Amino acid sequence: MDRMDLSCLESAPRSRAAELCPADLMSQSVSGSSFPLPQVQDMDAFQRDAMAYIKPNHGTTTLGFIFEHGVIVAVDSRASSGTYISSQTVKKVIEINPFLLGTMAGGAADCQFWQRNLGMRCRLYELNNNRRISVRAASKLLANTMFSYKGMGLSMGTMIAGYDPTGPALWYVDSDGQRTSGKVFSVGSGSLYAYGVLDNGYKWDMAVEDAIELGQRSIYHATFRDAVSGGTVSVYHVTKDGWTKVRGVDVGQLHYKYYPECDLHPCHGKPPI
Amino acid sequence: MGSRYDRSLVVFSPDGHLFQVEYAIEAVRKGFLVVGVRGNDSIVLGVERKATAKLQDPASVRKIVAIDEQICLGFAGLQADARMLINRARIEAQSYRLTLDEPITVEYLTKYIAGVQQKYTQSGGARPFGISTLVAGFDTAGKPQLYQTDPSGTFSAWKANAIGRNSKTVREFLEKGWKETSGRDTIKACMRALTEAVEAGSKNMEIAVVGPQGGMQILPDSEVDALVEEINADKAAADAARRASASGQ
Repeated sequence: MDRMDLSCLESAPRSRAAELCPADLMSQSVSGSSFPLPQVQDMDAFQRDAMAYIKPNHGTTTLGFIFEHGVIVAVDSRASSGTYISSQTVKKVIEINPFLLGTMAGGAADCQFWQRNLGMRCRLYELNNNRRISVRAASKLLANTMFSYKGMGLSMGTMIAGYDPTGPALWYVDSDGQRTSGKVFSVGSGSLYAYGVLDNGYKWDMAVEDAIELGQRSIYHATFRDAVSGGTVSVYHVTKDGWTKVRGVDVGQLHYKYYPECDLHPCHGKPPI
Repeated sequence: MGSRYDRSLVVFSPDGHLFQVEYAIEAVRKGFLVVGVRGNDSIVLGVERKATAKLQDPASVRKIVAIDEQICLGFAGLQADARMLINRARIEAQSYRLTLDEPITVEYLTKYIAGVQQKYTQSGGARPFGISTLVAGFDTAGKPQLYQTDPSGTFSAWKANAIGRNSKTVREFLEKGWKETSGRDTIKACMRALTEAVEAGSKNMEIAVVGPQGGMQILPDSEVDALVEEINADKAAADAARRASASGQ
């Protein structure tokens, strides 16, 4: 008499994870047996690696720097999932309140949600303390939240920029719980390219227009070389009176503005050798 | 029989009183006097020195304590209650520092202390704290601040105030002669107010000065006595001037 092959219903999976077909999985869950887990030594590490596979690749270039006349924040606007460009018009600067800006790099949802949450807590601070929150305290609140979710898969690398009674301030906060103050930061896959241009052109006492132009140029160069950065450059300027958005230019346009002739750019013009 | 039960904390009296809270305020009125005067560049807290028993170590009886680097607190009333509240205030100040990477403001801390005191006016089985506090410190803009809390959980800012026994007399004195002072004059103003209810001299009073650089400086006895001399000299000079102008039409 032929007996039905019920080996797939057994709880201890004898077959390798890759050989499971969907039908088996369904029958297993219906019958109440446990989900066939891979036989690995370190389940936590396995799960972490699995998460890394499915997480979409968020490329970005963002930068911020303090100079004599305030803070400049410049960002690109491209979102990508692997090689697919999902959007060219992402708002990567989050306006927390009229004196505080946050940038977005890493997981878009994480950045947006937690920075809006930060905005709420800043408002409550204002109401409870009768004064605007300092950038130092605002960045600390965000960093505390990030640290409390440490290891749970949040992905966020942000710069909190603003102006408070102690002057201009710029703090880098990320989902590892790191929080550092500084004069110049660039975050994202294109940050290395942006640093090159930024560090080269930076002067503490440069004029406002020069600073804005530097921020814009740094993002442009990063979008040129980094495949997952692009779209439009947005530049914000923060002073003691709050922030204003000063630029919003398409990087394609910027390319032809900076290099009106093909020969001017090192990549173009020469015939192949 | 009915009126006895009105004294429970969680029950209002028919005419809107919380008797337990009012009795707690009475307990404060029996405590030792603390005077606080806010100057332009400092806050001075003056305390009536308790007559300590011969064998008691006076240094262990502290009426003005530091909450954090930049905030000090003086209390009047039940010392044991004060100890508990001071502990909570200290923890809150550090927790604030940890969460916000900034020193706690005087107002926020006072609001917290008052909040704790209020909580104990609204729960059954617990009695209110039998203390009023004077919280002194500097805000981030560098301005000196003086706040007072009481057992009911209310708090407010003051230019000068007194709590404890004879506080009413002292407060009236402060209101009469009030003017903005700085430096040494603030200390003398506080001592003069204290002298309304307490005999002058380092034996009977302790003076603490809270300055903008943070921390609280308890004046040594010699300093206090020197200031008493100065105040007496000022008074004598003022009296002489008055007599001279009165006699000389």
